[in-house]
Formats: sequence, C-alpha cells, structure tokens
Amino acid sequence: MADLTIPERIPINLVVNGERRALEVVPWTTLLDALRDRLELTGTKKGCDHGQCGACTVLIDGRRVNSCLTLAVMTDGAEITTIEGLARDGALHPLQQAFIDHDAFQCGYCTPGQICSAAGLLAEGRARDADEIRELMSGNLCRCGAYPNIVAAIEQAMSRS
Amino acid sequence: MNNFQYSRASDVADAIRLLAADPGAKLIAGGTNLIDLMKENVERPSRLIDISRLPLRDIEETADGGLRVGALVPNSDLAYHPLIEQRYPLLASAILAGASAQLRNMASVGGNLMQRTRCAYFYDTATPCNKRSPGTGCSAIDGLNRNHAILGTSTSCIATNPSDMSVALAALGALVHIAGPSGQRTIALTDFHRLPEDKPHLDTNLGSGEIITAIELPPHGFARNYSYLKIRDRLSYAFALVSVAAALELEGNAIVEARLALGGVAHKPWRSLEAEAALRGQAATPDHFGRAADLLLQGATARSHNGFKIELARRAVVRALMQAASATPQSQAHKKIA
Amino acid sequence: MNAYVGTSTSRVDGRAKVTGAAKYAGEFAADGLLHGFVVEATIARGRIARLDTSEALRVKGVVDVLTHAHRPPLADKDEAWKDEVAPEKGSPFRPLYDERIKFNGQPIALVVAEDWETAKFAATRVHVEYEQEGFATDLESERDKAEKVDQPHKPRGDAAGALTRAPVRHEADYVLPTEHHNPMELFATTAVWDGSGGLTVYDKTQGVQNVQKFLCSVFGKKPDEIRVISPYVGGAFGSGLRPQHQVVLATLAALALKRSVRVVLTRQQMYSLGYRPMTIERVALGAKPDGTLDAIAHEAIAVTSRYEDFSRNDTGWAEQLYKSPNSNFSHKLVDLDVSTPCDMRAPGAATGVCALECAMDELAVALKLDPVDLRLRCYSDRDQSEDLPYTSKQLRECYARGAEAFGWSRRNPAPRSMRDGKELVGWGMATGVWEALQMPVAVRIVLTANGHAEISCAASDIGTGTYTIVAQVAADALGLPIDNISVRLADSTLPQAPVEGGSWMAASSAHAVLRAAEEIREELARLAKAMPASPLADLDAANITLTDGMIASSDGRGAAVSIADVMRHSKLERIEREKLNQFAEDKSHARNTHSAVFAEVKIDEELGIIRVTRIVNAVAAGRILNTKTGRSQIMGGVVWGIGMALHEETVMDHRFGRIMNANIAEYHIPVNADVHDIDLIFVDEPDDRINRLGIKGLGEIGIVGVPAAIANAVYHATGKRIRRFPITLDKLLE
Ligand SMILES: Cc1cc2nc3c(=O)[nH]c(=O)nc-3n(C[C@H](O)[C@H](O)[C@H](O)COP(=O)(O)OP(=O)(O)OC[C@H]3O[C@@H](n4cnc5c(N)ncnc54)[C@H](O)[C@@H]3O)c2cc1C
Ligand code: SF4
Ligand code: FES
Ligand code: FES
Repeated sequence: MADLTIPERIPINLVVNGERRALEVVPWTTLLDALRDRLELTGTKKGCDHGQCGACTVLIDGRRVNSCLTLAVMTDGAEITTIEGLARDGALHPLQQAFIDHDAFQCGYCTPGQICSAAGLLAEGRARDADEIRELMSGNLCRCGAYPNIVAAIEQAMSRS
Repeated sequence: MNNFQYSRASDVADAIRLLAADPGAKLIAGGTNLIDLMKENVERPSRLIDISRLPLRDIEETADGGLRVGALVPNSDLAYHPLIEQRYPLLASAILAGASAQLRNMASVGGNLMQRTRCAYFYDTATPCNKRSPGTGCSAIDGLNRNHAILGTSTSCIATNPSDMSVALAALGALVHIAGPSGQRTIALTDFHRLPEDKPHLDTNLGSGEIITAIELPPHGFARNYSYLKIRDRLSYAFALVSVAAALELEGNAIVEARLALGGVAHKPWRSLEAEAALRGQAATPDHFGRAADLLLQGATARSHNGFKIELARRAVVRALMQAASATPQSQAHKKIA
Repeated sequence: MNAYVGTSTSRVDGRAKVTGAAKYAGEFAADGLLHGFVVEATIARGRIARLDTSEALRVKGVVDVLTHAHRPPLADKDEAWKDEVAPEKGSPFRPLYDERIKFNGQPIALVVAEDWETAKFAATRVHVEYEQEGFATDLESERDKAEKVDQPHKPRGDAAGALTRAPVRHEADYVLPTEHHNPMELFATTAVWDGSGGLTVYDKTQGVQNVQKFLCSVFGKKPDEIRVISPYVGGAFGSGLRPQHQVVLATLAALALKRSVRVVLTRQQMYSLGYRPMTIERVALGAKPDGTLDAIAHEAIAVTSRYEDFSRNDTGWAEQLYKSPNSNFSHKLVDLDVSTPCDMRAPGAATGVCALECAMDELAVALKLDPVDLRLRCYSDRDQSEDLPYTSKQLRECYARGAEAFGWSRRNPAPRSMRDGKELVGWGMATGVWEALQMPVAVRIVLTANGHAEISCAASDIGTGTYTIVAQVAADALGLPIDNISVRLADSTLPQAPVEGGSWMAASSAHAVLRAAEEIREELARLAKAMPASPLADLDAANITLTDGMIASSDGRGAAVSIADVMRHSKLERIEREKLNQFAEDKSHARNTHSAVFAEVKIDEELGIIRVTRIVNAVAAGRILNTKTGRSQIMGGVVWGIGMALHEETVMDHRFGRIMNANIAEYHIPVNADVHDIDLIFVDEPDDRINRLGIKGLGEIGIVGVPAAIANAVYHATGKRIRRFPITLDKLLE
C-alpha cells in the first residue's frame, strides 16, 4: 500500500519585510505558499507555480528569485522582501510610483512580481539600456502586454536612483 | 508533490552518507528543476537532501591557471564573476542565454548539469515515456517531436538535454569533480552526459550515491574569439531549438584551435573532435566553417517535425564561427544576430 | 465640465495594485477554510469505470473527495446550466455530473483538505479506471465533417460567378491554431460559508451577476443565498465570461461540507477551460485590374465540442471594409472530443480579419498595387451587409495618419528589397475592425454631505480600467475632484451590469454614471433653488451645473452655492440615486471601431529569426475617455497580435487527444524582449450619434489586424507567404 503519511512539520524562522516570523512547515511547502497561505501576504502572486512566469518573484537576501520553486524549509534564517515590504512608512517605492505614472500594468496580477524583479534588477546594476532591461525583465510575463510601459517605468526609477 | 522527508547536509561527507542511507533520496540545490518535476509527480524522491548550504561556492584559480568552480555557485554569480567575464566569456554568455534572471539567481552549477529534458511527454505522467517509466515506450518518436534530438538518438528516446551552460562547458573542455562513497573522481564534461541508447532513464554517468563538488575550467578560455548563439521560438526565456558554442584561437586569419558544441540537438552537448580537427590549420572562412558544420552534423536524422533543425544547426554553426572569428560575439541582450 | 474625461488620468486602483493590497479571488481568507484540488480525466472520451477515492480519504487532513457518485444534488436540466453567454445550441458541461468523459482534462473529482498541499498530494492517490471510446480531436483530419451553422451575413449577388470571371483573383486557406487566454491569474474561487446555508463567493469572473444567477440555478438557491464578488481580476480576455469549473466545484464542496472552500486551478488545468478555436479560413477575392473588388467569399471552419455549438463571426468583416458587388460568407463547425471553445480577445475578428487582410495583401501583390492604395480603392463608406451608413468611420484617416507616422511612403514594394545588414526588413500593413457595442448598465451614486460620492455597479474591471473611467465620468458629472470619488464594482448585490466583454463596458458604464449623476444634479438644483434667498432661485434646473463642489449656473456667471451648504441646509446626509441606462435602439446606422496597423519586421536571412521592431497602430474609436488607460488597452492588443503572429499555439497530440504544451513555458506568449517600439495613434473621431459621450470601446480593436500586418511584413521581407500561424522560424527555413 502506498505510503500516505504527511511528513512532519519543521520549524523555521524568517525575517519577512523586516519582521521576524516563526512558523512550522511541511517540507513540501513552497515559500510562495507559505507567504500567501500561512503569512497572509497575498501580494506575491502565483501565476504558474513552475518558474515560468515570474509572478511569484520576491527578494531573498536582496536577490530576486521565484518563490514558487523555493522550499520554505530551505530559506530558514533568510531575509525576505515582498511587494508589501517595498513601501516605507506609507511612501511608495520609486518603482511603485513609476509603475503608476507609466500605467505599467492593467489587471495588476503580474505587477508585484514585476516590481520585485525590477528592484532586484536595479540592485544588480547590470542593465544599462532599454534592451538590457527588456532582456533582464523577460522572466516576468505580462499577459496584459504592458511591457513598453514597464520598461519606461524602470527607466524612470533608474534615472532617479 | 509526494510525501518526502527533508534533511540538511552538514558537509559533503554527510550528503554522501545520507544518499547511501536512502536509495530514494535526492540532492536539492537551487531546486528549480527538481521542484518543478516534483510538482508534476515526475520526480518522487523519498527524501530531499538539502546541499544548498554546503561550502561549495568558491571560484578559485587552479595551479595550472584554470578555474575551479564550486558546484553550488549560482548561475548568475558565475556568469557575472570578473574572472569568468574576462577569461571565459563564452561560458558567461551561454549562462545568460538560459532561463531568466530570477532562475539564474537560484540555479546552481551542479543542478544545471543535472537538469532533465523538457520533453513534453516526460513531463506528462499520463503518456508513455521510457525516460520517466522505463519500458512504457517513447511517445515522441511518432508524436510531437519538433523540439527533439537529431543526433545520437536511439529507438528508446529522442530527448534533448536542455542546458545552455553545459554546451559552453563542453566546448571549453571542462572537467566535472565528483565525490562519492568510494572517494573522489573527475570526468570530462563531454563524458558526463550519456546518450539514451537503451537506458534513457539515465541522463548522466553520475553514480546514484555521488555528488558533483565542482567543475574545472582548463586555462584556455578562448576569450577573444568566441560566440554563443542560441536560437529559440521567442527572443528570451525559452529553451533552445538549436544553440552553438563556438570558440577559436586565431593567428591572423588562420585557425590554430577550434571548439564547437551544439545544444538542443542531442541527449548531451554535441561535440565532434573531427569537426574541430578539420578546422585546425585552415583559414577562417565560411567555406571551412560549412565543412566543419557538416562534420559536426554527420549522421543527423530527422523525425516528422524536427527536420528543420539539421539545416538550422548547420547555418547556426557557420554563423557562430563567423561571429567568433570576427570577435563580434552574439549579445544576449541585443537581439539582432551579429 | 471636463476636468477628467479625455485626459491621461492614472488608474484609481493603481496604488492597491502596486502595493499588493489588491485582493484577487483566491486570496480571501475565511475561518476554517478548506482547499480543493481538482483531479482530471486523462482520456479524451469514454466513461469512468471505477473511481476509487479510499486511499485519498485516508490521507490525514483530507476532509472529503467529491465525485459524480458522491456529491450534493446538481440541476439536471440544460436550461439551469445555461449562463448569460452560453452558446444557444447545446448542453453545457456539468462538472462531476456523471461518469461520461467528454474531453481530456475534464474534472472528475475534487479532493478537499485542510490545506492545499495535502489536497494536491491526496489527488495523486485517487485511482481511476476508464472505459475508453474512439475519439477525434483533429480539425484538419475531420474537416470534411464540417457542418454549416449560420450565415453571419447575407450573400449578395453571385460571388461564385463573379470569382470565376474575375480578371485577377486570389484564393487560399489560412490556418489559425487553437490559442489559450492564459491570464496571469490562475482561475480561483473562494466560497465562504455563512453558517446558515448562504455563500459569499469570491470568483475570478468577468461577470459576477452571471455567475450568481448561474450558481443559484445550478444549486437551486434563492437569489439572496449566494453573493458573488470579484473586486480584482488578474486578466481574463474572455476566459472569465462563462462561469468556470472551479466556481461550481468550490460551491459544491462548500454546500456539501458546510464550510468555506477555495479551489484554485493549476496553469495546466486552465487548458481544459475555453480557448480560441482552431479555424481554417478560406478566403477568395476577385478583382478588376484597377483594384476594385468584384467578389469576396470567406468560409470559416472551426472547432467546437460535441456538446455545444460555439461559433463567432469570423467571416463577413469584409462587408464593413471593402466595397464589392458580390459576396458570400459561411461558417462551419466540426464537432470534436474537446471542451467548448469560448470568446477570446476579439473573437472571430482576430482570426477572420487576419485571414482577410493577409488575402488582401496577396491580392495587392497580384495587382501590383500598394496595399494601402488597394484598401482605399475598395473603401466602403457603408456597411454593405445591411447597407447602412456608419455613426462614424475615420478609417481613411487611420490609414493616412498611420502611414505618415510609419514612413510607409519610403517602402520599396518588392519583396526582399529592404535590408539592414544581415537582416531582411519587411513592412506590412493591415486593417482592423471591431463592433462598438453597448449594453444596459445600472449605477448607484451616493453623494454625502462632505462632498464625497460613492459610485457602485456590478460591472467588473479586468484590467480594462473600469474603476478609473467610472471615477472620471462621475467626477466630471458631479463637479467633484476625483479623489472625492470612490468606486465599488463587481459585487452581485450592486446595480445591474452584464459581463465585461466585447469592449462594451466603457461606453455602457459611463452613460449609466451620467444618467445617475443627472438625477443627483436635478435633486441638488431643486434643493438649491428652494433655499431661502437662493442665488439660483430664478434659474431653470436645466441651466444649473455642478462644478468644483458648487451648484452653479451653466453659463458660468452669477452666483453659486456649495453642495455641502445645500445638503446641510436641507438637513440631508446623503442623496442616493440609482439609474438603469438603456441605449435607444438605432438600426439606422452601423457602429464600428477601425484601425490601420503598420508593422516592421527584421528577419535574419539565414536563420529566420524574426524581430518585430516597430508597430504603428492608428485607431479610430470615437472619443477616448482616458488616453493613458486607453493606450494601454491598445498596446496590450498589439502585444497579443505579436503573440498570435509569431508565438501562440496550443499543441495537441491527437493520438491521446491531449494538449502537450499546457503550461506557459512551452505555450509561448511574448516576453518583454519580444516587444519593441509600439506607436499608438488615436485618430479624432467625433461621433454624436452613437451615444452622448461619443465613446466606442477599446478592448478588442487593438489586436485586430496586428497578426496580418506582421504576416504581411514577413512576406515583404522574405518573399515567403506563411499561411499557417504562428509564423515560427522553421516555416521560413522550409
Ligand atoms: C521556466 C524555466 C526555464 C528555463 N530555461 C532554461 C534555459 O533556457 N536554459 C537552461 O540551460 N536552463 C533553463 N532552465 C533550467 C535551469 O537552468 C535549471 O533548472 C537549473 O540549472 C537547475 O539547477 P538547480 O540548482 O536549481 O537544480 P536542482 O533543481 O536543485 O537539481 C536538479 C537536479 O540536480 C541534482 N543535483 C543538484 N546539485 C547536485 C550536485 N551538486 N551533485 C549531484 N546532483 C545534483 C538534483 O538532485 C536534481 O536531480 C529553465 C528552468 C525553468 C524552470
Ligand atoms: S523522447 Fe525520451 S523523454 Fe521524450 S517521450 Fe521519448 S523516451 Fe520519454
Ligand atoms: S508562479 Fe513562480 S514563476 Fe510563475
Ligand atoms: S498587468 Fe495583467 S498580467 Fe501584467
């Protein structure tokens, strides 16, 4: 008979958007599901659950990653920044403001991933022109087709930082 | 996902011990391939051994002037490392042609070498597939095989290896350092991946209890004349239909040394010493490049939907060699083909 | 007063969307929430012989496994399953209804557990045995079984005869593949149990009232027992017009278990919802040497399921675009063992106009005419099918402005004549057309004494900008700053609205706001005039306007009183008005939006790699309510057009009847690197006949014409005519 037992939960500690969060997770829980279902941080989106769309992009220790392919247990001790953690004291992050200014979204579902990815891109400092922004943002699909506006928004945030 | 246990390895020896203790166990590094396949129920490990914190993240110069790259160095760190950018730009370019910025931040060198095929039937547990379930048959041979191999196939499997990084490593003549229950060993990257033959469930020659600890790049990086040319169905974030890693050492217009490897066409990065030998001593001209391409593609066979790959690969090889010869390597960001 | 309408106003829901505060259907929390995971059939046709859930039920945390044999009652009449947009003919699909398998990927069980991962795990422990039956899923091999379903436009003259006599003719098949919408949000429903039989259902849908009525009829519930809410929708593009499996399953489970249940489909499972059906379009054009048309014949053969006849108007668009004395149109369907297709951005037009406009390009080549010139020679000022004038049609201006912006006059007409280094350069163009539809919508406005107004309506905003447009129109109509307007949408308890689709929502909701605001204005005027010593006492109510928070005379002279003062004086905390707006029926005119699309491609001559380097889309769509969100709508359409031309195709292995690229890594949609310069032009198109504000809607027109313009550019670059979409590089190498 197939083994039907659910693996035991493992305690982990995370710092999410500057706040310490302790939780217990079954090893199969992804960081994405932990954020959305356990920590009620639903700003991070699930668009494919397979690393194919970028909607789940968050920053782990400052680097952009796909949280859907990251097991929560493996991030024990990490600092995680999600879209909810980008605005400081009610003031929007320059990328957030730029996305509004340039109408860089329509339905808004890819947007948190786009913005977190763009924050990672700015930190990496590898994009110097529009083509490089396009290439390095190609891991974030936008079915509404806001790409040119996304590039313009990132250029705005880049020129102001 | 299936109900697996989780352990974190404390060092390489511990990882090997844990592997030996549970035949159903698998190593996990970046997780970008394994978690994907576990979500599809294609991979069903009984235990995941987390090696992501092992101290295998260094990039060091070797005594002979090469580089040793730890198995856990993230793909993006490798591509952007100053020594790689300066001395092995072919490798940097190949890595940056693959996946997305986020995935490259997660993916490890070892995991990249071990990533499995993207054959749609392999991913779909409702269809027969010899690689996933040995003996069930290959759905691709008489099915949808536009993405499939044209070289080194067998009657059991026509899958391709999807890695971009491996193609550059094959061209560069990299070595793979392995640790296992019976100690350490090193094999050439070109011997690391297997052809499907009658055992397509085995992608590589890594033993079940072994772990990749590092790759080693020989001193010669071909930093002046190289190109990685990847051709795909959209301009980014897609697997290769065909890719070419080309590297030349030139004296004037004469070829002193040549390296050529193809991706997207076989179960392993496809290299032919014969094709490279044919270039040595020749002038860097399209004609000679064409002849090398023909040698490289010797024996290529088409299935119902992938015949285009043969001519495409041939042209891509010539083009990549031209790019290499003129020191105008393909940019991965600027999409016009140089 | 037009402080907002027609301007480039930023989205009023922008902040919620960039901070992650906007909540989508699968993100609402509830006490004791359960999670459902769908088990799907892996055969295309047959019946379930055995469905064993015992192992799944033994998994700790699993609460129940619902199947056709184990579920609460579902309605058994087809009528009960027919939603507002269901095809007229057929018997809608009923999830978990019986043991019949009608398509691969059909839901056959729902595993419900305390958490999602457990449900997903247990789903692999549901064991199924099938009795398989023969099936067919391939349109091309079943083409001869096609049956005519309707005649979208009446035949005129003798098209067949005129075609045989035509000195210049072109005839060809164009093949458009199956495509899936793939909105970024996964289809999801959170059904919240209220403890006493009622449910609040958060659903990913384009029409909350459609879903609400549907659920009530399927589950035999009274209207006040089910409320459907969908404040934000992560894209839909037509896939959310009909209620989808997950809403039935979540509701079913919530009613069965008397608990709140969330069901989220996986990306792969979304491929068993609706799709744009594969279509073979046969277009025949006959022309005189001077480039005037004698005959147009357009036949479409499309896929549908065996249980419903879904068809859209693929053919007949030529009646609106090109003058021709003879024409004939027909639409045929082939029944296959697949799920029913559904509307997908510009249904019918995206495919039909693509074929027509490729054919026109081929005709221009045969006639040695410039493609724009040919279209001008055939230009029709009337809709020929009913012989009607248009409320407005500035298509000529679209051609002119688009060509000018693109630099079309510098085009060398010979294929393969333009280059940029190793790349062949191709310039192509096409026309776009869509309908300007409008529907009855009701809106409620509550004006409070603090000068704040809340506008509410059941309409959805699927990214189209409804929140923003409603706020803009209301702000202007009520003379309030937009920050004083709040908008509530997509709750089935709010005033009536149809599904959001067909590009009708902007015009429809805007006019409903105007009507309700009108009543508010009249009431305020009445109250203001009644105030003692009112400065407005002598004015006619019709000459009183609302502006800057004041009630003032329309001519801008004379005194004014503030809204706040009037309400305070009248001892009113709030004024509430709800108004249903219906558009007067006007059969005397045709209503359409139009566009001229110009595309530049650069194609590596040896390798066939195609880059779309430039698109100019000149659109005539009446008055543009919001140039910022309006441009985004068109831009999105253009990106879809790029995908349709070069990337998108749902690939099925007909031996299994299974979709083999049911994901978004191998079903390619454009990524950022695929999209370059997109220049959008809104051509002035005053229209005082169509409706008061002169608006037409923008959701669909942006895609129409784009695939053909790109295909025509590919021909111009390479001399190769690819009639089977998408145009991938292997087709250029052949
Ligand atoms: C949407 C998508 C697109 C992609 N596109 C591309 C592309 O265009 N080009 C490309 O090259 N790749 C692409 N990839 C694949 C990606 O590069 C690989 O998934 C990644 O390199 C795997 O590395 P990892 O560390 O995440 O491996 P993991 O998922 O952690 O592991 C993969 C396998 O390697 C084994 N393993 C890991 N480390 C070791 C070790 N040290 N020793 C022995 N075994 C080990 C694991 O047991 C497992 O079987 C894409 C992936 C996705 C999801
Ligand atoms: S090609 Fe290989 S991986 Fe694909 S179906 Fe055949 S056996 Fe499986
Ligand atoms: S949800 Fe993670 S990449 Fe799509
Ligand atoms: S804004 Fe809708 S998917 Fe990007």
